[in-house]
Amino acid sequence: MDLDPEGLFRDDSDEDDDNVQEREANKEMVIYLIDASPKMFTPATTAKADEKEETHFHTIVNCITQALKTQIIGRSHDEVAICFFNTKEKKNLQDLAGVYVYNVTDREPLDRPDARLIKEFSCIEDSFVNNIGSRYGITSGSRENTLYNALWVAQALLRKGSVKTVSKRILIFTNEDDPFGGLTGAVKTDMIRTTIQRARDAQDLGLSIELLPLSRPDEEFNMSLFYADLIGLEGDEIVEYLPSSGEKLEDMTNQLKKRMMKKRKVKTLSFAITNDVCIEAERSFICNDTGALLQNPEKRFQVYNDKIIKFSARELSDVKRVSSHHLRLLGFKPLDYLKDYHNLRPSTFIYPSDEQIFGSTRVFVAFHNSMRRLGRIALAFYGNPTRPQLVALVAQEEVTSAGGQIEPPGMHMIYLPYSDDVRYPEEVHLTSDVVPHATDDQIKKASNLLRRIDLKNFSVCQFANPALQRHYGILEALALGEDEMPDVKDETLPDEEGLARPGVLKAIEEFKASVYGENYDQEEAEAAAAKAGASKKRKAASDAAEQKSAAYNWAELADAGKLKDMTVVELKSYLTAHGLPVSGKKEALISRILTHLGK
Amino acid sequence: MARNKEALVLLLDVGPSMHGVLQQVENICSTLVHKKLVYNKSDEIGVVLFGTKETCNELAKELGGYNHVVVARDIKVVDEGTTNALQNLPRGTSPGDFLDAIVVGLDMLIRKFGNMKGKQRMCLITDAQHPLRDPPQGTKKDQVDTIADQMKRHEIKMDCIVFRESGVPHNAVMDENDQLLYHFRERSVTKVVQVDSPTSLLGALRTRNVLPVTVFRGDLEVSSNFKIKVWVYKKTSEEKFPTLKKYSDKAPASDKFASHEVKVDYEYKSVLEPDTVVPPDQRIKGYLYGPQVVPISSAEWEAVKFKPEKGVKLLGFTNRSNISRHYFMKDVFSFVPEPGNTKAIVAVSSLARAMSEMNKVAILRCVWRHGQGNVALGVLTPNISSVKNVTDSFYFNILPFAEDIREFQFRSFSSLPSSSQPTEEQQEAADNLVKMLDLAPPGREEILKPDFTPNPMLERFYKFLDLKSKQPDANVPPLDKCLKRITEPDPDVIDYQAPVIKKIGNAFELKENPKKKKARTQDRLTYTAADDQAKLLEEPSAEKVGIAEILFPAEEKVEIGDHNPVQDFEAMLAQRSSSTWVQKATVEMQKYITALIQDTRDGDNHQKALECLVALRKACIIEQEPKEYNGFLTKLYQKYKTADDAKFFQFLLSKNASLISKEEAPDSDVTEEMVRNFCPKPEPFSQ
Repeated sequence: MDLDPEGLFRDDSDEDDDNVQEREANKEMVIYLIDASPKMFTPATTAKADEKEETHFHTIVNCITQALKTQIIGRSHDEVAICFFNTKEKKNLQDLAGVYVYNVTDREPLDRPDARLIKEFSCIEDSFVNNIGSRYGITSGSRENTLYNALWVAQALLRKGSVKTVSKRILIFTNEDDPFGGLTGAVKTDMIRTTIQRARDAQDLGLSIELLPLSRPDEEFNMSLFYADLIGLEGDEIVEYLPSSGEKLEDMTNQLKKRMMKKRKVKTLSFAITNDVCIEAERSFICNDTGALLQNPEKRFQVYNDKIIKFSARELSDVKRVSSHHLRLLGFKPLDYLKDYHNLRPSTFIYPSDEQIFGSTRVFVAFHNSMRRLGRIALAFYGNPTRPQLVALVAQEEVTSAGGQIEPPGMHMIYLPYSDDVRYPEEVHLTSDVVPHATDDQIKKASNLLRRIDLKNFSVCQFANPALQRHYGILEALALGEDEMPDVKDETLPDEEGLARPGVLKAIEEFKASVYGENYDQEEAEAAAAKAGASKKRKAASDAAEQKSAAYNWAELADAGKLKDMTVVELKSYLTAHGLPVSGKKEALISRILTHLGK
Repeated sequence: MARNKEALVLLLDVGPSMHGVLQQVENICSTLVHKKLVYNKSDEIGVVLFGTKETCNELAKELGGYNHVVVARDIKVVDEGTTNALQNLPRGTSPGDFLDAIVVGLDMLIRKFGNMKGKQRMCLITDAQHPLRDPPQGTKKDQVDTIADQMKRHEIKMDCIVFRESGVPHNAVMDENDQLLYHFRERSVTKVVQVDSPTSLLGALRTRNVLPVTVFRGDLEVSSNFKIKVWVYKKTSEEKFPTLKKYSDKAPASDKFASHEVKVDYEYKSVLEPDTVVPPDQRIKGYLYGPQVVPISSAEWEAVKFKPEKGVKLLGFTNRSNISRHYFMKDVFSFVPEPGNTKAIVAVSSLARAMSEMNKVAILRCVWRHGQGNVALGVLTPNISSVKNVTDSFYFNILPFAEDIREFQFRSFSSLPSSSQPTEEQQEAADNLVKMLDLAPPGREEILKPDFTPNPMLERFYKFLDLKSKQPDANVPPLDKCLKRITEPDPDVIDYQAPVIKKIGNAFELKENPKKKKARTQDRLTYTAADDQAKLLEEPSAEKVGIAEILFPAEEKVEIGDHNPVQDFEAMLAQRSSSTWVQKATVEMQKYITALIQDTRDGDNHQKALECLVALRKACIIEQEPKEYNGFLTKLYQKYKTADDAKFFQFLLSKNASLISKEEAPDSDVTEEMVRNFCPKPEPFSQ
């Protein structure tokens, strides 16, 4: 039914697309479908007089901008389109009323996000009313069904790419729980029926439709009125779609983030920063002895006992294959046998699957239960071909909160070190003397300190990486042509104010006095003074050198080429006097002096 | 390197009670020597055996006594002779006296090096279960004191590995010997390790000396006016597979000094002008921002990039439960108080002990070096020392930032359908298995403790390396029996617990998913059959395959195995559930055949490839897909007709596996004549 020429054209190009996608498996295409009805522009909160009122629309724009920024960094090959519905203007290929496909120049409607899109979209709010306009789409008078149109447009946009390699999703943002509430009678049932049918069709084509509902201040978003049917939820699943209150941006962004990640079960932390893409790298192997060009050499060697031992790639892979299995269970140990230093790499999460063998989920759940109840970890051998390793499997209980799942149930696979990987730095400076250990009083003082500087609600993922934030902040600014470099706040710095509270200060002072003694600061000052004495000595030495070096006319000596006749000590006197390094052979010293003289 | 040079004397007990593990002792010491030959070629090693029938040492000659101690090799730079000295250790006949051996070893070191400084170490491997000779005067303890004083004076360290088979009851002699060894630990720099299985014996000796290097030296800032001086080291660091160099055979054989190394050269060319090379000074770094490349020079970048100040700062303390174990990101660091600084030692000790008592951890922000481009956020956990002369310290684990975390939602186990929920009976069976397959049984040392578990891959590599240096065409040796304990469950335990395992095997019904293909399954079945315990091992491995699914979601599930390609192929065809299977099968088969021909050497794969080809041909006739076969064969012929593999096509003709003609399948557009002319026999390969 959608036999528009554009669509046909796209089908032709499908093959190319597929080739591309084979390389970039797990690609995603997302359509953001945003309700732009006037209801979205009413204040979301019953704001106090002094605060700026925030509308749902504003919230959504902000959080989509956030999402785009994350996406452009992490998964820039995914494609997005932004589409408003319930608009005055229309702009779409099908020329359907009330639907506006937002885009910027030099970009397909559904394409990879770029800097300009993010920039312009983030300030769309100011121009929205003038350029696109907002209105109620579905009214009793007209036969228009903007929601239906919007779904149709989205579906048409998502025609490119095959469902097998790309996951296609439509995310609907709205605060209207009953879009057809204004209608009555046959018109209403008819419209509901056709809209739901359209959604079903889309889902049958492999598109997933998701909803991010927003609640208005006066009423909760009621899923069961319409949207539960639209996205095909049943029974308990509705509860999972807890409407976000819309009061806080963070909630929404978090929710969006979780949804964005949901489909990707990849364990890699991908932050690929590549070289200039306009440049192709060509690698050739050149024989070090003869300079002859080599084909990709197959053999490798290791010098052993002054002999060269050659290995073929096959032999090496045979050596590495110590176990044929992916994961072999060896036994179980109590939880506390997993020490803090038994760690090498980020852990991997394991969740059972019945895909290949029916019943494996059941076994997994049974072991999961037993291990949790008995406080055991499982020890297994993971026969990874590049580095076969012992792993510990730690059962993770499901943790949920009002916001959804915090920790999914399953097992964490922790990679264990081998005996050769463990070092004993605490024994490096070992002497046979007994070393002092803390007394009870000191421990008490320390406990007091611990109680004072307590991060009560510390959670592991609360800090953003300042280096990365700054990196992408700069890139973003450069890409968008902004002059000012962004100021990224380093969240990882300690809370100076908190540490300066009198209670904390007192605890620190008490502890300090108990372990360091009362006069520590004074002693330190003396030690520092002693050091200063040492540096005084150094100062004196350099003064002497200066005097000595002043005895020569260096420029003249250099011109006459007489530097090489001088002694190293004399040369060094010049270097010391000018604060230059005195290391290296005589030639190095001379060349350093020449450089310094500017010759 | 010189400062890392080490002289080591191995003191090996070869007495009758050690005979069972002598093979492992040989292995571990050989690995040590192999690694020295690769990494520390100037290290020196001496070997002393005790518990031998004979006596051969300087002290015995000069003073008498010191019987049954043989110096198998004087302290010399490692070479092949060292490895030979450690092969086929003699089976001794008298109970070993380790004190005598220590004295002999000590004497060797002092004679050789005198008062020279340098790393000197002794390594004792014994079972210490026989009574020691009574000293001529004083008690044994006094003797230990004298020896320890000598060791201290010459800065000689000692590692003692005490091996005792599990199940051997402790007796008074062992206690006395242990006391003496522990006394060494108190009086000198000695480490005592107890192991009870041959596998952990292999891991007990550190086979490679890595010079510990500090990552950071400076203040741990609790607040701006309270700082603790600490040194930070790596606690764990993966010992990598040696990076082998690429070998070049271009150098003439006569050139004795050829390095045979390969230099790698990169050339950068613009996409627009693929022929011109872009010189280094015209290149500038660009970063990808979406589809856009943002160019930025390194000088500019330097000016704006994130530059945190060097230092280690405390953010605060928090409950241990707030930090799940699986968030630990990398290898582990160790914070030790500044050596010799008593105040720092006490400060670290009291904080560590308070943290451990209150079950708290500290959160730190670390910038190790000046000019480092990022910060590390991590968790500090206490490490309380149980030995008097070792200071308390901390472990430090890096935690992820918000960007590093992947939050995935998975279905809650409680909401799984009842078909995936274990019944009470099944749960009990699982509980029992978890209890029975205990790797930390009471009254024994922990089995497969990471600290005592060698890396089987490296272990095998060095063995192979040594083997190859003697016989260049040696095959990869099979995994040693002791190393197998690491990769597979202990068969003794499995035997012993057979009823429990059987029970769980019976309790759960695991069925192959008929839609998924077999290759992998077959692997597994052959494996279990080999172990001759069909039911028993299938269960755990079956479960793990399920798990592996998650880890490798993208893995191809349809493949043709190496064991029985034709059968696999036919099995695939038999899955006639949809026509796609037929296609998949033929495609897979074609891939397999191509690979076979590609990998072939001197025609060794030809027979197999032909069998496959015949099977494919037959299937294509039955399925009425002659074009598929004809096309494939023609392509294959085009590709390989010039190579050695051309013989293959002659071979093929003789087996009547040429193109499919019209007679055989009506869909074919190949005539009988074309079939005959497909591969002209006598044509010389001119192309």
